[in-house]
Formats: sequence, structure tokens, C-alpha cells
Amino acid sequence: MPKIKLPTKSPRIDMTPMVDTFAVILIFLMLTTQMRQPEPATVDTPFSISEKPTPDFNTMTFLISQDDKVFLNFDNGPDTLLAFRPKALEEMGRRYNIEFTDKEKREFEKYPSSIGVSMQNMKEFLDSRDNNDRKALQEGIPIDSTDNQLANWIVAIRTVNPNVQACIKGDAETGFPVVKKVLDILQERNVNRFNLITSLEAAKINLEEIQQ
Amino acid sequence: MAEIIQEEKGKSGGKKRPKKHLPHIDMTPMVDLMMLLITFFMLTTAFNKAKIMEIVLPEKIKDPTKQEAPRISASRTLNVILGPEDKIYWYTGNIKLEEYNNKPPAELLRVTDFSPTGIRQLLLDRNKTLARRITEFKQEVLSGKIPISQDSATSYVSKMKTDDDTGPIVLIKAYKEANYGNFVDILDEMNICGIARYTFVDIAWYEEQMVEKAAGITPTASASAN
Repeated sequence: MPKIKLPTKSPRIDMTPMVDTFAVILIFLMLTTQMRQPEPATVDTPFSISEKPTPDFNTMTFLISQDDKVFLNFDNGPDTLLAFRPKALEEMGRRYNIEFTDKEKREFEKYPSSIGVSMQNMKEFLDSRDNNDRKALQEGIPIDSTDNQLANWIVAIRTVNPNVQACIKGDAETGFPVVKKVLDILQERNVNRFNLITSLEAAKINLEEIQQ
Repeated sequence: MAEIIQEEKGKSGGKKRPKKHLPHIDMTPMVDLMMLLITFFMLTTAFNKAKIMEIVLPEKIKDPTKQEAPRISASRTLNVILGPEDKIYWYTGNIKLEEYNNKPPAELLRVTDFSPTGIRQLLLDRNKTLARRITEFKQEVLSGKIPISQDSATSYVSKMKTDDDTGPIVLIKAYKEANYGNFVDILDEMNICGIARYTFVDIAWYEEQMVEKAAGITPTASASAN
């Protein structure tokens, strides 16, 4: 009996449903995503049981790195038309007799992550196009008592936005003295309420433990 | 590859007639591209938003002649000192000068750690009544015995804390070799154990020296200058 020879044909997979699924996932991710801003220093926040989410606006965040550098980040507030960032820079410029151009202010406004540049280097930082040059200037904001620029920043930010809340983001391994110093500087400027940024961790106590 | 396009061998001599079938679009490159984008978005997305822990520190007394530090009862005071190497040193009440001079530091300062059997047990022992009331209340809310909204539950708990006058008053101090993680951990323990009254204060010179003696650190120049 002769064998029936089936025509050999490569199988064809219809990719259309797969494309549909991917499109859905992609749209979902694109809508929910918040781009992770590259911070000038990597910081692993400590854990706590607090479930309060970070406020989206009216915050000034002090990033304290492991090597005791202090970086500052603050946002524009609920209405971006108010543009607090360039105003704060202008205020700081007035204190240090530095005139910033509109272009530099715009550059400062849209800088996406924390800034740790001293006022002396600020102009160079904002004018520089190269990311590596910028990175080299991120030496942390001076907090010495002789040149306490952080304190001036706090005053400048609060002048332009009185509703600002202080957030502290430190690495779990950051030494305590520098944190204490930042807290002291804030307290000297009558900021007594702080938000410590942490990651969520579950912890529970049960009744039996207490009744023992 | 999903499809290998085979060349059709045309019959030689016959009249070529275009085959009628639906135009077929190869989706594979599109899938590849989407995969790439999805991978990119998944890696850059920060899914869990960072949480915050609120802390209110007492106002700094700027003029000691006009304002006096608030007085608290020594029997309820629990001093917690964050030491080096994730250790916690603690003592109750206050330390008198003759005690400090005569007793070895091991008797004055007790040492514990951040484990659940360490500082948490210590705080819970001292805060039994309030901690039990808060935990019972929270369980009743969770099990639905008390129909109450999340906000009013929180304010009820904070009212319980304000009304409480049996729990300890915890003074948190930090030795200079402690780290920020310890600070957050101890504040977290306060929240876990439902401590009503706690604050962060500066470490005193004798406490610094006691920690140094207890931990076996040779005192540094900055410590003796204080």
C-alpha cells in the first residue's frame, strides 16, 4: 500500500492574541508607572510598620547618604504653575549674591532628582551639559556652622512655600551624628514635625504575649 | 520563528495566476518590540511607594532662663540609649552622682537588642495595660465587633494614648556610634508597643561615658570635651 505523503508545512502560530495581551500589559504599566529617579546616592531606607504613604507635594526631602552627604529635593507643590523651585533658587541666589538666568532656573526646575551642590558651584552645575560633570559637583550641601547652606535652603523654601513638610530619607547604615545635625538645623528653624521615609514591614504583637 | 515563508515553486510553463488569500501580517517583530517595552517598564516602575513615619520633636528651649524643661516623674521614666553595634542600653529613673561614681556600669545600665524578645518585650512589660487595650480594640475592629471607620479607630487609639497615665515615659537617646536605622527601629518599636509618651532627647555626658564603659570603648576626645 502506498504511503500517503502529507505535505510538510511549517506550523503557523497566530500572534495576534499575544500582541493583544502584551498591549494591555504595556498600557497598564505605562499608566501606572512612576519613573524611578536616579538619586545621586543609593539609599536603602530602614523598615517600619507605618502605612502612611509619602505625600506627593509640598515636601522637602533631605537625602542623607551613607558617607554623610546631605542632598535636598523639593517639589513644586500641587499647582506646578506656582513653580516653587525656581523661586527658591532665586531666593537663595539673593542671599549669596548670585544672579541666575532664566535658563538656569528652568534647568533647576526640571532637574529630576536630589541636588547636593553648594551655592558656589550651583551656576556651573546648572550650565553643565554633561552628566558626569554634574555628578562630580554633587558633593553634598554644606552643613557646617561656618557655611550652613542647608539652613538657608530651608528658610528659602519655607519663604516661597510655607506649607512645606520636612521628609528625611536616610540609609539604615548612615551614622547618627549627621542625622542629628540635620534634625538640629531643622529645629533651629522651628521645624519640629518630621516625616521619616521608610519601607513597609509587617510586625504584629499578639495578646498572649502581653498577658504573660 | 513562527512562520517560515517558503518560496512557492511556480509551475513551469503554466500561466502564473496570483493566489487569492487574505494578506497575512507577521506579528513576530511587534511581539518582540512589546516584550522589550514591557521589560523596560517593569524594571523602571517603582511599585511600592515609600511610606513615612511621623515624628514630632519637642520645641528647642532657646532661652533656659525664661523657660524650664518640663518635669516628669522619675518612676515612670525609661531611658533608652541607642548604642554601637545595634545594642540598646537602658535604665529607669535617673542616676545620681554617687551611684554613678560608685557602681560599675553593668549595674547601672542594662543591655538589650532589637529582637522581639529584647526591647519589645521590655516595653510591653511596662506598657501592659495600654498595649492590651489597644490590641484588643484593634482586634475587635478587625473582627467587626465594633463598626467603626479607619479614621475614627485611629483617633480613638490616640485618645487612649493621651488618657493613659500608667505607661512608661520613654526618653530615647543616641550614642554617636548608633546609626539612623537604629533610630527608626526604636521609634517603630514605640509604635508597635503603643507607647503613649516618648521623645528623643540629647544624650548627657555621663550617659555617654556609661555606654563607653559598658561597651568597652575607650573614650574619645570629643566625649571628654562635653
